[in-house]
This record gives sequence, C-alpha cells and structure tokens, in this order.
Amino acid sequence: MNLFTEYLGLSLKNPFIPGASPLGHDVHTIRHLEDCGAAAIVLPSLFEEQIALEKQAREFHVEAHTEGFAEATTHLPTVDDFDKSSDEYLRLIEDAKQAVDIPVIASLNGITPGGWIDHARLLQQAGADALELNYYDLPSDPDETGYDVELRALEMVRAVRGEVEIPLAVKLSPFFSSLRNFAKQLVAEGANGLVLFNRFYQPDIDIEELDVRPTLELSTPSELRLRLRWLAILSSRLETSFAATGGVHWAADAVRAIMAGATVVQMVSCLLRFGPEHLKGVIAEFTTWLETHEYESVSQLRGAMNLRNSPDPTGFERSNYLRILQGWRV
Amino acid sequence: MSATSESPTASRTFEHPATLDANEAVASVAYRMSETMAIYPITPSSAMAESCDEWAAKGKPNLWGTTPNIIEMQSEAGVAGAVHGMLQAGSLATTFTASQGLLLMIPNLYKIAGELLPFCFHVTARALATHALSIFGDQSDVMACRATGLAMLASNSAQEAADLACIAHASTLDARVPFMHFFDGFRTSHEISKIELLEDSVLRAMVSEEAIRDFRARSLSPDHPAIRGTAQNPDVFFQAREACNPFYNRVPAVVQGHMDGFAAITGRQYNLFDYAGHPEATRVIVAMGSGAETCEETAAWLNARGEKAGVVKVRLYRPFSLPAFIKALPLTVRSIAVLDRTKEPGAVGEPLYMDIIAALVEARTSGLSHFECEPLVIGGRYGLGSKEFDPAMAKAVFDELLRERPKNHFTVGIVDDVSGTSLDVDAGFGIESEDVVRAVFYGLGSDGTVGANKNSIKIIGEETKNFAQGYFVYDSKKAGAVTISHLRFGPRPIAAHYLIKQANFVACHHPQFLERYDVLGSAVPGGVFLLNTPHGAEDIWRHLPHEAQERIAVKQLKFYVIDAGAVARAAGAGGRINTIMQTCFFAISGVLPREEAIAEIKKAIKKTYGRKGEQVVQQNYAAVDAALAGLHPVAVPAGPFDGHAMPPVVADTAPDFVKRVTALMLEGKGDLLPVSAFTPDGTWPLGTAKWEKRNIADRLPVWDTTLCIQCNKCVFVCPHAAIRAKYYPAEALASAPEGFQSTKFRGSTDHQQYTIQVAPEDCTGCTLCVTVCPAKDKTNASHKALNMAVIPERTRERKQYEFFLALPNPDRKAMKAEVKSSQFAEPLFEYSGACAGCGETPYLKLLTQLYGDRLVIANATGCSSIYGGNLPTTPYSTDCHGRGPAWSNSLFEDNAEYGLGMRFAIDKQAGIARHLLAGLAPRLGDSLVQELMGEPQRNEEGIATQRERVTELRTRLASLDLAEARRLEALADFLVRKSVWIVGGDGWAYDIGYGGLDHVLSTGLDVNELVLDTEVYSNTGGQMSKSTPFGATAKFAMAGKTRPKKDLGLMAMTYGNVYVARAAFGAKDSQTVKVFEEAESFPGASLIVAYSHCIAHGYAMHMGLEQQRLAVESGTWPLYRFDPRRAAEGKAPMQLDSAPPKVRVKDYQRNELRFRMKPEAAPAFEEAAQQQVDARVALYNKLATIGAPQAPASGYTK
Repeated sequence: MNLFTEYLGLSLKNPFIPGASPLGHDVHTIRHLEDCGAAAIVLPSLFEEQIALEKQAREFHVEAHTEGFAEATTHLPTVDDFDKSSDEYLRLIEDAKQAVDIPVIASLNGITPGGWIDHARLLQQAGADALELNYYDLPSDPDETGYDVELRALEMVRAVRGEVEIPLAVKLSPFFSSLRNFAKQLVAEGANGLVLFNRFYQPDIDIEELDVRPTLELSTPSELRLRLRWLAILSSRLETSFAATGGVHWAADAVRAIMAGATVVQMVSCLLRFGPEHLKGVIAEFTTWLETHEYESVSQLRGAMNLRNSPDPTGFERSNYLRILQGWRV
Repeated sequence: MSATSESPTASRTFEHPATLDANEAVASVAYRMSETMAIYPITPSSAMAESCDEWAAKGKPNLWGTTPNIIEMQSEAGVAGAVHGMLQAGSLATTFTASQGLLLMIPNLYKIAGELLPFCFHVTARALATHALSIFGDQSDVMACRATGLAMLASNSAQEAADLACIAHASTLDARVPFMHFFDGFRTSHEISKIELLEDSVLRAMVSEEAIRDFRARSLSPDHPAIRGTAQNPDVFFQAREACNPFYNRVPAVVQGHMDGFAAITGRQYNLFDYAGHPEATRVIVAMGSGAETCEETAAWLNARGEKAGVVKVRLYRPFSLPAFIKALPLTVRSIAVLDRTKEPGAVGEPLYMDIIAALVEARTSGLSHFECEPLVIGGRYGLGSKEFDPAMAKAVFDELLRERPKNHFTVGIVDDVSGTSLDVDAGFGIESEDVVRAVFYGLGSDGTVGANKNSIKIIGEETKNFAQGYFVYDSKKAGAVTISHLRFGPRPIAAHYLIKQANFVACHHPQFLERYDVLGSAVPGGVFLLNTPHGAEDIWRHLPHEAQERIAVKQLKFYVIDAGAVARAAGAGGRINTIMQTCFFAISGVLPREEAIAEIKKAIKKTYGRKGEQVVQQNYAAVDAALAGLHPVAVPAGPFDGHAMPPVVADTAPDFVKRVTALMLEGKGDLLPVSAFTPDGTWPLGTAKWEKRNIADRLPVWDTTLCIQCNKCVFVCPHAAIRAKYYPAEALASAPEGFQSTKFRGSTDHQQYTIQVAPEDCTGCTLCVTVCPAKDKTNASHKALNMAVIPERTRERKQYEFFLALPNPDRKAMKAEVKSSQFAEPLFEYSGACAGCGETPYLKLLTQLYGDRLVIANATGCSSIYGGNLPTTPYSTDCHGRGPAWSNSLFEDNAEYGLGMRFAIDKQAGIARHLLAGLAPRLGDSLVQELMGEPQRNEEGIATQRERVTELRTRLASLDLAEARRLEALADFLVRKSVWIVGGDGWAYDIGYGGLDHVLSTGLDVNELVLDTEVYSNTGGQMSKSTPFGATAKFAMAGKTRPKKDLGLMAMTYGNVYVARAAFGAKDSQTVKVFEEAESFPGASLIVAYSHCIAHGYAMHMGLEQQRLAVESGTWPLYRFDPRRAAEGKAPMQLDSAPPKVRVKDYQRNELRFRMKPEAAPAFEEAAQQQVDARVALYNKLATIGAPQAPASGYTK
C-alpha cells in the first residue's frame, strides 16, 4: 500500500504525525514513536511569553540587584547567557534530529508580532524541518475587532515567514468569523499549510483553594466532526497542506479526516492514553482498511469527501444541521 | 634624589586604553603571571579572584599559554597553606585578600618568607575589626604583616597597581623574597579610571625565565629530594634565621632594577621612594597609598602659589631602603609629616612614622644625612576605614608643618574633641581644575544609575581622548539602597582620589532624595542640576522643599527636569531609567559637545545590544530620542522660597542619642560627628532602626478585615517585621485614630479585638505577606485578606501604626510554640537593612519573638551581621521591660567558639549565683531559694515566675549587709535562663567556621547553632561555598559546581547526641517553629540548617516561598528533625517532616537562574542532580527507620 504523503513539502512515509504534546519532550519517546511508524513529529510548543519573559529575566532578577551595596556589586557571575527554555528547546530539536530520521517539526505558540519572532530563525538553525506556528489566541480586549484579531495573526505569519525558509504551518482555532477567507489570506502570507484545530486549555476551579487550575482534558473522537467540516470546506478551494488534529484516535478517524481533505492527521490524546504503540496499530488498521476498500494509495483517499467531491456537499453546510436536528426528533 | 614634578602616569600616550578599577587591572596581571591560585572571598579584594575565576572558566591562557588552575579554599588560612604548598612544589602561585583574611594568612606568610619562596600576592588594604568591623580601606591589615619578612610594595592608583603588580611578580622571582603588593581598599581597588593596559609583551619582557627555572629546580621533589620545615634547637635556630639577610639586602636593588626596566618599556618610571614637589621644598609629607597622590596634588597647588612643599611617596616599604629614602628627600627639607593610615594604640608612634624617625636617625649616625638642617618630624593618622582624605586635609598637614611647634601624633579628617589630636581643616578649601567636569549622581541601587555611569566612563574614556574617573559610594542597607556616583572627566589623567565636593553637574534620580539629603550642597554656582520627577517644568518648583529651592536659586543652577519613569515606560524599558538619565547627562553636562555625546551613546548602544538584534537597538535609540524630547529646562524664580520644609530626619520622640548622633549619620553627615559622640568600646544602643523611616515601598499591603482568618502567616513571613498582629481588649480602641482597622479576635472567649497592621514607612513592598495569605474573597478570588495598593500619602497609616504599637502586647505567658501564637509576640528584630523579600530574616525575627528577652546571639560576619549590626541604624531592639537580644559579632571564622565562650561564661556565672544563693539560703528564706534553684524554666510561665522570684531576691538581698549579698546582686539575673544562639550563614558554617561549629557541637554545651543557608557567600556577592548545590553556578564556580552540596546536618548527626534539624519556613512554617522550640529545649548542642532564599539565586524574591515549597517537594531540601531524646524512648531519632518527593528536581531548579547559567551543561546537571536527590531521600528514609545508639547517661533530663 502506498501511504506516501507530501505535507508542507515534506515527503512523509505515511500521513500519521504525533502532534505537539508532552510526548515530544523526551528524545527516547520520540525515537519510540518513530519506531511505531510516525512519519514526522511535532515538538511541544515554545511560547511567546517564555521567550519574552526570559529575555527580561537577567534585567529583573540579576541586574536589579547589582550596584547597590559596597560588598557585593553583583550577586551572580557574569555570563553571556543563561539556559533559557528557548535554549532547552533548541537542544531538543538538535537531539531529536540526531535521534530520528523522520522530519522534526518545531512548534511556536504566540499571538502577537514582536521581538520573540526572531527566535523562529534559531529553530530553523537548530535543524527543524518545518515550523508549526500555533496562533493560540483568546481575544479578550473589548476594543479589538475580529478584523484586528485576523490582522494581528497575518502580521505574525508574515514576520515569521520573513525569518525562516523552512515550511510553515499555521495552527488555528475554529473561532474565526470567516474562516475560509482568513485561511486564504494566511496562505497568501506564506503559510504552507494549516493545522485544524488547536484545543484550548480548559481552566478548572479549585473550590477549596479558590484557585484556577489549568487543565486539559484529552480529546475524544467526537471532536473530530468539527475538523471534518472545516477540512471539507477549506480543502475544496485552497491549495495547501492540511493537518487534522483533535479527535483522531482510531484508523477510521484518520480515514474520515483524510477523506475530508486532510493531508496528514496529528494524534496526541490517544497516544498519551495508550502509549506510542497505539500508533502502530492504527497505521496497520488504516492500511488494512485501504486494502479492504481497494484503495491503492492514500492520495486516492484524500479529499474524496470534501466539499467539492462529496456526493452531498450541503452535508457540510447548513442543511446538514437541519437534517441532524430533525433526525433527533425521529 | 629622584625628583619628579608629576606622577609616572601623567600625560602619557595611551596605546591600549581601558577604563577599569585597580582590582581588575591587578587581576589581569596576576592571572597572566601565575600558574596556580588559591582564593577565598573577602571585601574589597573578592573581585580580583572573581575575575581570575571567570577568565579561567573561559580558558584564557596565562603568559605561558596555559590556563591557571584555581581552587577556592575554606578560609584565608586554607589559602595560605595551599599557596605555601604550591610554591614549595615549584608552581608560580598567587592569591588576593584583605583585612581579616590577611591576618589569617600571617603564620604561613612567615613560613613562605622564611623559606625564601618567590611569591607575589595582592592585597586591597582594609581596616581590621577592632571596636567595630569596617569593610573599608586603611592600612591596618598590611601593617600587621610588616614583621613577616614579606617585601611590601604600595600602589596609589589603578595604573600604578597594574604596573607595580607586574614589577612585584618579576622582582620576587629574582629576589626570592615573597612580595605583598597592596593598594587602598575601595578608593583604589574600586575607583574606575582610564589606564594603559599592560600587554603580554610587557609582562613577558619583565619575567626572567632563568629565575623560574631556578625556582623549579629548588622545588620539593622526590626526584631531587630535600627536607624543609625542620625543627631547630637553640644551638642553630638563630644563625640559620640570619642566613637570609643577603637576600633582603638585595631586594631594593632588584626592585629598582625592575622599575627601571619597566620604565624602559613603558615610559612609566617608578622608584623605591618617589619624590614629587618643589625641588627645594622645606615641608614634606611622607605617605603611602592613594593619600600620597592627594598630597602631591596639594603640594603642586601650593607650589604654584609660591610655596615650597613636596611629598615622598613610599613604594617599597619593606625592605626599607635607607639610602633610597634619604636620596628622595630634598636637601632643603626642614619639617616632615609622616602620614599613617593605621593606628597602633600604645606605640610611640605609628609604623611608618617610626620607620622614618629611625631612618633619619640612622642616616645621621651613618653619615648618609645631607640635609641643610636636621628636619623636624611629626606623625599623624588619617583615612581610617575609608575616611575621606582630600586636599583640604593635606593642606592642613602642610600648614601644621609651618607652625613653630607642630602637633605630633595628630589626626586629620576628624574632630577629636576628646584627646585633642585633630588638626583644623578648612572645609571650603578645594583645588579642582576648571577643565575637569565633575558630576555627582544620586541613584537607587536597583535603578541602574551606577551601571549607566560606569558605561559613561567607558564611553568617554575609551572612545574619546578624554580621561575619566568614577567612584561610587553605596548605602549600608541592602534594600532601597542609595548610591552616590562621583564622576570626573577631563583632558588629562585624573589623580584626584577623593569625593567631589564641588560639582558642575548634580543629578537626582529620585525626587525623594531631596527630602532626605542635601543633594545640592556640592553644586558649584552656575552648575547644572538634573532632576527626575513626575512633575513638569512649570509645576516642579512648588513641589521642592524650600531648602532645595534656595540652593537652586542662590547658586543660579541651570535646572532641568525629566519624567524618566514615564519616558522609560513609553519606550518599553520598564522601570529602568538608567539609559534615559544617562542621555540627559550627556545632553546637558557639557562633558562632550551635545551632538557628539548623543552619537557616542548610540554607538555604545549598538555595541552593547547589537548582538540581541536590530529591534533591541532601535528600541534603545528610541529611548535616547525620547529622553531628549522629555528633557525640559526649568525657569528658576528668584524667590520666595516657600516650599515645604524637609521633614525631620528622626521623630522628635527619638532618644537623645538618636537625635544627636544617628540622625546626622542618616543625613549623610556622619563625618561631622566628633570623637566625643561615641563610646570608646564600640557599644551601641539597640533599637535604632525604628527611627529611620525609609519609605521605600511603592505599594503597601492593605488588610481586609472581613476576609482575614487570623492565621498570622503574613506576620511570620515578613522579613522586616513590617506587618504585625495583636489581640487586645476592645476598650483599648477608645482612642483609635481615624481608619484604624480592627475585628473580633477569633478564639477569644472574652472581649478581645484583633488587628493586622502594616508599618507603612518600614515595609519594603516585597509582597511575601500577600503571597502567603490564604484567605480569599468568596465572590472575587483575586482579592485576598491582604492586597497590595498604592498609598502615596501615609500620614494616616503612620498614625495608625503608632497607635497599634501603643496597644498592649498580648501576654507572653499565653504564647504557645506554634505559628499563630508566636506571631503575637513582639519581634525584637525589626526594620533591618536586609534585601526586600530576604529569606534569612524571618528566622531571626522568630527567634527574637520566641526567646528575645533572654537571648544572647553570637553572629558570624556575613549578611546577618551586616543587616544585624551595620550602622547607622540596627534592628535588634528591646521590649517594654528594656530586655532584648544581646548581640555581638566577633569575626567570621570564630563564631561558634565565640558563642560557646558566652555560654561558658553564662553557665559559670549562673553557677556562682546558685552557689551564693545556697550559702545565703538561711538569710534569704529556704523556700525562695529552693524555688529559684528548682524552677525548670521550660516555658514562658516558668521564665516569668523566675523573674518575679529574682525581683523578690533583690529586695531581700538589699537588706543584707554582706559581701556575698553584693556579689549575688551582680549575678542574680543569671538565675533566669539565658538562651545562647550562634547564628551565621553557610560560608561560616560549612567553610571557614566549620571546625569551630563542629567542635562546639561535640562539646554538648547547651547552645543552638542556626545556619541561615543561602548556599553561597551572599554578603560578598555570591561566591561558592560547600553548601552550594551541585549544578549551581556561583562566583568561583563559573562552570557550575561539579561536586555535591555538603550535608552538614548528616555530619552533625554522627555525634548521636546533637539535635539536628532542617527547616524551610516557606514550605512548612509549623515545622520551623517546632524545630526552634525543640532546639531550645534540647539540653545540649543543636544545629538548625535553615533554607534561606536569596537574591543570589537569580529570581524574583516574591517567589521565595514558592521556591522553598518546591525545594522541599522535590526532595532537594527534605525537612527533618533528628532528636536524640527519642532514642531514649526507643524511637528513631530521625523524623522526616516532609512527604516523599512529588515534583522533579528540575521543576524546582529551572525557576532559578543559578541553575541555568551553563546552557550546555544544564541537562547533564539536572539529571545528575535528580539522582543525587533520589539517593539522599532514600538515605533519609532509611535513617528515619533505625534507632540510634542509646544516649549517654548524662543529659536529656531537663
């Protein structure tokens, strides 16, 4: 079975990629994932805030205590640099590149164009084969319009594109008023692919301590439906790579996502839940499904059910909603 | 006579200019001319060792192409032993030290000299601790070494220090006599100036390879074995000791030869004694060190006005070359004043004076004397503890020499109204050149002022042909510290080694300084004054105190304002105003033409930030442009001067001593205090910190009575005792001031109220209290029972705090050994000068709350002795009965022994008291005596009852006309238990004082050793100690510490009869209180190792409690108590008080920069650190399951 896939211009042996998650923190796990068939790996995200705050750390925590007392004009040795999270991240890229043959995709998570963006170049220099830019935004400014939010994202993509030559994917949330238009503009700014969709942390409340506890529940296959719809809509008109992420747990989920137009599927929750070996089973099952259904390659499958090719295009649009509601009544 | 009219460093071409201080200049030479170093931190020399360690970590080679091997030792005594061994084994060794450190080296210095080992080391001359410690400069330390047999070579400036360091290293190899090269601490070691760097080629040309070969050939080696260090008997010791004489006789010629050789290479000529002044001078000062430069400047000024004055600058002090000295003096000299920067009480005179007297006498008797008449010689002391020595003082000395009967054994620079030694000084006298720009800056330690000024010096010194000099005066406080920068810029080398008293430019970087100091006192008429203020040019005048208004108007100052904070914020520079203020200085000071100055600043920005990207460069450029746009001249009205008056320095209610003495020191006018203001033995009153209201917090914690659960945790964690809790009878509120907050006291059965009160003028704004507060608003969880708020006007809060203090204190007898209860006890350690958010001081405050009224503290030198005892104000205070901690600092290395001595003395006196009591029992009443003898005094109730009995005893004694009664009266207080605590940091406990600490533990005496463990030498700037954890970067461990932290507690446990505990109040405050209580009750020696977060760890201190928690939860700092009393009960003495680790070590360490300064090594360090912690936790777990050997028969009965 020909599972060959081209994603962001990268040649992949199959369409299965472990997405950004804690699994990517450890090189041993990355190697294990490769052994289990992963076609590429997306490393965990490096956050804009981490980069920005660490740039100021020396000033706030070191410089602020200097030159105030005669016996100790400084309290720490003078060093050119310190081990920032971003440095650790660069090491992770280098180590991962050393450890595996599959492409290594770095992930940057940010929401504003700013000084941190030059870090993208460092990720490229460290050996990242591609960059996934996670536009993880929860707009809460009452004076900022939806248009402003989109402009900010576009500006950021333009800036990152200006820093790197490697392929660039943009990971989005579904919460844009005109996603199709926005996606088109992102590609026009230089995005080589779109990753649909990121999942927001869901803060929980500690009722004893009156505190907020950041949590992230693992996804369920039911979350895939939202992705399927937008993959079908966007892939029908936009020539770019698409990754489905969020809800791909089993081979059938992958079949659905690729049918809807996904170039690749990213898997996280099921790997966290069942371990890297789960991937091996999914790929095997996926291959069997293709064989059983007499597909020759995965490219045959891709987009077979998108908005353009679907036997019932309205299914992804409004009328389907109506039908489902009526179905419940039945 | 080697007469010169100017210093060897004057008016030379600088091919390799650099702006640096003598420490860096000397370190650069010593590093390149050495192969091995043993080091130990001590102010003001630490920077030399730090530089060397830094260069070695970077692999910088020495002259011979290898990186010197550097090892930190446990003390200077250890350093001396180590370098002795290095030398004996044939290696070119060096070290750096000062003051007490030098004293610790003395035994080995005798040995090194006695064995004629070529050795050169460098000393920043510093005062010795006598009636008080002083970190500042004088020559008491080096003078204490003059009998060791070392050659002693003195430098007077940074350039000279570099040059003579080179000459000393070269000379020792040829002469074989070891050399001590020294220069004045701070004034020279820390003064930045433009100097000519010594290239490798210069150093190489000075060194004799043959001498090095000879040295190595003499080294101790089994390949050509010899024995040294024999014990000699009366038959030969004397003769053998005299055998070295020829080597000493050769030293002057060797040194002069190297000086001449150095001059041939560099053009800078030095002589053993350099004369400067009129060739036919009649009045001559002989001096050594930076003060000699001031004498030279002053002599030149006098000579330009037709007088005949000169100065002999002593360079090679030992061996003293009589011919060279006599040759240096002009034939015409009639009177000589010898200046000593040391004091030798009881001697005929100070050492240099005695040498000069002896030299002149010997010259006369040996026929060397060639003077027109025998000169009169007087001696005097100056500059002790970095006391200023300026041209006015030098002139006073020259003037004294004009008198028919000049005062001998004088002092200059102080007013001695007790012994009448001081010379009168014309305070208005000054000799500053017109073409030198003199600028004074008042800044805060944290605002970057000093750093920016150092940068300005670099720009002007290294990028223009001009010369620059900077000297920085720091505060004695670690939080909210004031810095005063003195900068000079001019067309010639600057030799004015004294503070600026006539400034062309004065900058005040924080407007509140105008309320506290006479900022404009030094401004010259027509000078420039720059003020950072939120008020605009039109508005500022009415906000100035009238004292400042008058200064500005009368002196016709050109007055500018800028709102640097606003400009910085707008430019995205946060709160750092340094670049803004620096730009303004360049724009209006006239130091360079304005356009050129701005261009130079931008060039410097490009150089500094270029590596960080163009965006950062542009951001800084924008800040410069914004600064220029925001700088506005102020139209100065002729009057009236109707501004508000500067507030009184201390309150009217302050004690007389505080008003008379402390207040002047707080104003920065301590120099004006005469000798009579002070006690002759260093005794100082307690509780002076409360009179110094520093108002350094921008925001204060505000209490919400409705939410507070009255846990008192905020009070517990406050490092400055600036938030307090009381419960009190409701009727006490009758006279409460407006806004005073109170709520019903929880747990009270009667009519009691409760208040949490902030000391508004003493709080540092660290926010630890808010962080720890567990009580949140049920409808708005971001609102706690304590919340920080901006409170600009604090009059109301001040009155509330005064009222709070006057409320009755809760009865100590009701105090229990638990967090909440302990925090109702009055802290007798308050408002110290420790850093905001300090992790040490909460332990000390707790100590005083628990046992303050019977507490004796022996405090090792370090942070805790500085914030505990550094003037002008000190934090230990007294209770309403006048009782409080008796506190003393002896030294760094001897603290445990010092405390032991106190315990010993107290126990003996208590024993005598009991003996007398027993003898007088029939007359005093048996029951009283039995009660006095039998009271266990285990708790507050017992202590209070015992005090009542002692009062009764005194009454009964008064009626007895017996010598024994009088003796018992003098000792009766010892019948009340005294609690002896030995306190210090990890530098003391793990390193320099470990031998003593260990010995004291072994004695079983009832003392408590409290180690405030910051895991570095915090006070001297963060050097590695044996407590520094594996993987942490510290000074002297630039590459990250590769050895594990010493487990002090585990070592102490091996005795089996020592109480040992580890605490971390931020992780478990209840355990901390329990540990203190158990240590105090343990009838033997106790050791508490207390985790203390510190600014040297490299993170924001408001996270200190969180980091303590993570340290404990990661297993890095397990909490435990090892109580030998439990063994007697058949239980394991070891009890773990913290749960098994639940976070990774990495999750704790990565929050602190100290663990992240070696990017390439960090992962390996983290992994190994985790393994070490796992192993340590496993060991502790095991220990907690096994019983210890049975306790010795004695003890544990208390």
